[in-house]
Amino acid sequence: MSDAQARPLIRLRDISRTYGAGEAQVRALDHVDLDIEEGEFVAIMGPSGSGKSTAMNVIGCLDVPTSGEYFFSGVEVDDLNNDQRALLRRHYLGFVFQGYNLLHRTSALHNVELPLIYKGLDRVERRDMAMQALKRMGLEHRAHHDPSELSGGQQQRVAIARALAGSPKVVLADEPTGNLDTKLSAEIMEILQDLNESEGLTIVMVTHEADMAAYAKRLLWMVDGRIERDSLTREAA
Amino acid sequence: MLWETIRLAIEAIQRNFLRSALTILGIVIGVGSVIAMVTIGQGSTQQVTADVQKLGSNMLMIMPGQDAMEGGPSGTVDKMFTIRTNNLLEAQLPILDASAPLGVSRARAVFGNENHRTDIVGTDNRYFRVAQWEIDYGRIFDIGELNAGKPVCVIGETVREELFGNVIPIGETIRIKALSCEIIGTLKSKGASTFGSDQDDFVIMPIRTFHRRVAGNTDVSLLIASVRDGVSTERAQEEITLVMRDIRRISRGEEDDFTVLDMKQIATMLSGITGILTGLLSAVAAVSLLVGGIGIMNIMLVSVTERTREIGIRLAIGAQTRQVLMQFLVEAIILSLFGGLIGVVFGLGIGWLGAYVLSIPFQPDVVTVLIACAFSGAVGVIFGFFPARRAARMNPIDALRHE
Repeated sequence: MSDAQARPLIRLRDISRTYGAGEAQVRALDHVDLDIEEGEFVAIMGPSGSGKSTAMNVIGCLDVPTSGEYFFSGVEVDDLNNDQRALLRRHYLGFVFQGYNLLHRTSALHNVELPLIYKGLDRVERRDMAMQALKRMGLEHRAHHDPSELSGGQQQRVAIARALAGSPKVVLADEPTGNLDTKLSAEIMEILQDLNESEGLTIVMVTHEADMAAYAKRLLWMVDGRIERDSLTREAA
Repeated sequence: MLWETIRLAIEAIQRNFLRSALTILGIVIGVGSVIAMVTIGQGSTQQVTADVQKLGSNMLMIMPGQDAMEGGPSGTVDKMFTIRTNNLLEAQLPILDASAPLGVSRARAVFGNENHRTDIVGTDNRYFRVAQWEIDYGRIFDIGELNAGKPVCVIGETVREELFGNVIPIGETIRIKALSCEIIGTLKSKGASTFGSDQDDFVIMPIRTFHRRVAGNTDVSLLIASVRDGVSTERAQEEITLVMRDIRRISRGEEDDFTVLDMKQIATMLSGITGILTGLLSAVAAVSLLVGGIGIMNIMLVSVTERTREIGIRLAIGAQTRQVLMQFLVEAIILSLFGGLIGVVFGLGIGWLGAYVLSIPFQPDVVTVLIACAFSGAVGVIFGFFPARRAARMNPIDALRHE
C-alpha cells in the first residue's frame, strides 16, 4: 500500500461500462482513467450519451463497471459486495438527483432523516441533525410539508439537506439544476459552491449547462465514453 | 433495529394508505367469506342431524315395493299392505315398541268459507306414540271410534290455523270429500322438517273411517314402527325384513317386495346432502378467497414501479438489501395479520348472524379459520414481498430509473 497522503479520494483505472450485447452493445464508458482529490469540485459535461451520468453512477457505487478498477479512498470497490457498497454509500456518499427522488407523502424532515435511520442513530439525535440540515438550507419552516407541497427549488434543497445529513465525504449531483429556472439554479449552485469552499466537501456534478459548470473548479468534458478534456475552470483560475 | 424496521414498515403503510386499505380489504373479503360460509354450512349440517334425531332415531318405516326412497311407495304395481300386515308384524316382533299402519291421501278440508288442501292420514292411536305427536287440545281416538270407523279427526297445527285462525276448534265439523268429520283433538306443532316440508299440515282419522269414506279401498301404504329402548335399529331392520318376507310369503331366492327404512339411514343421507352443500359453499368461498388474493396481487403489482423507485432511493442513501427486504416483509406481514384479524371477526360475525337468522347452531371451525388466514397471509406476503425482493437486488440506479 502506498502512502495515504499520496492516494486520491477517487481513482478510476481503465474503467469501462457496456450495456447490452453483440451488435446492440453500447459502450457508455470507454477505458476511463480519472483521479479526484479530496476537496475538489468537479463538473462533468458532454453531449447526451457521452457517458457522464454513467461515470457518476459508477463513482457513486450505484452502478457496477464492466471492467477496470475503482479505488475509493484506497479501497478497491470492485471487491466489495452489494452490502459493503451500501455501507460505503451510507457513510461516505451523498446524492442529489435531477428528479429530486424524495419519498412521496413523506415530510421533508423525514426524507432528510432517512439516511440517518440507516446509520443507526437514535430518534432524538437524528431529528436534531435532520432539522439542522434543513435549517442550513433555509427550510426549517417547511420541515413538516410533503414534497408535493414544496416548489422545485425547495425540493432540491431538501434533497441536498438529505445528501448532507449523513456528513458524507463526497456529494454526487446528477444535473441538480436540470428542472429549475435560472434564478433557482444559481441559488442551488451557490449552496454547493459554499459547501465546497467553506467545508472542503468534495463535489462531483454532472451538468450540460456551461453556466452551472462554471461554479466548479475543474471541468471534465466527455465524448463517446471518454474524457476528452480535463481543465480548470475560470472560477478556479 | 427490528423496532426501527417495524416503524419504517408502519410509516410505509400510513404513507400508502389507500393501497394498504385495499390490500386489507382483499384479505378481509377472502378470509371473511370462507369463515362465514363454512360456519353456516357446518351449522346447518348439525341442525339436520339434530332434526332427524328429533324425528325419532329409533323409528323405522316400512313401505311396499323396492327402492321406495326413489320411486315412492304409491306405485300401483306394488302389492300394498293391510291392517293385518301391521298387526302380524307387531305381534311377531317383541323388539318393537309399537307399529302403526298408515293410509295416506291428499284431499281438501273445508270449513265454512275456508278450505285447505292437505294430507289425510288414516291410522290408529299407536301412530301418536310412534311418531311422538303430542295432543295440544282435546284428545286422541277412543276404542269405539276406532273400531266403528266414526267420522272424527285430530288435526295438525297448520290445518287448524288455515281453517280456524285463532280459534280452538274442538267439536267443530270439517268436510273432507263427502265426509263430515268432527274435530276431537289438535296436535302440538313440530314445525318444518329438515326437508323444509311442513310436518303440521295433515289431518288424522281412524283408519277404518279413512278406508271406507276417503280412500275407498283397504290399502295401507306405510307402516311406522318404533323399537324398544336398547334395541338397535340395524337389528330391528333385519328382523322386520325376515318377518315381513314370511308375512308376504316371499320364497327363498326372491327379492323383497317392500323396503325397511331406518331413520338413522335417512339422517346419514341428509348429512351427506348438507355435507355436499357445505362443500359447495366452501368452494364458493374459496373462489372469493382467490378473488381477494388476485385483488391483493393487482394492488401490489400496480404499485411495483413506485415501490421499485422507493427501494432505489433507499439503496442509494445506504440501505442494505436485507434492510429493505425486512421492511417490506414486515409491511406485508402487518397488513396480512391486520386484514386476517378483521376478516376473522367479520366472518364469524356474518356466520353468527346467519346462524341466528336461519336458527341453526353457530359452529365456527378452527381449521378453516387457520387455512383462510394462512392463505391470505401467504398471498399478501408473496405479492408484497417478491416484487420488493426483485427491486432490492437490482443495481440501485436501475431501481431508481424503473418505469
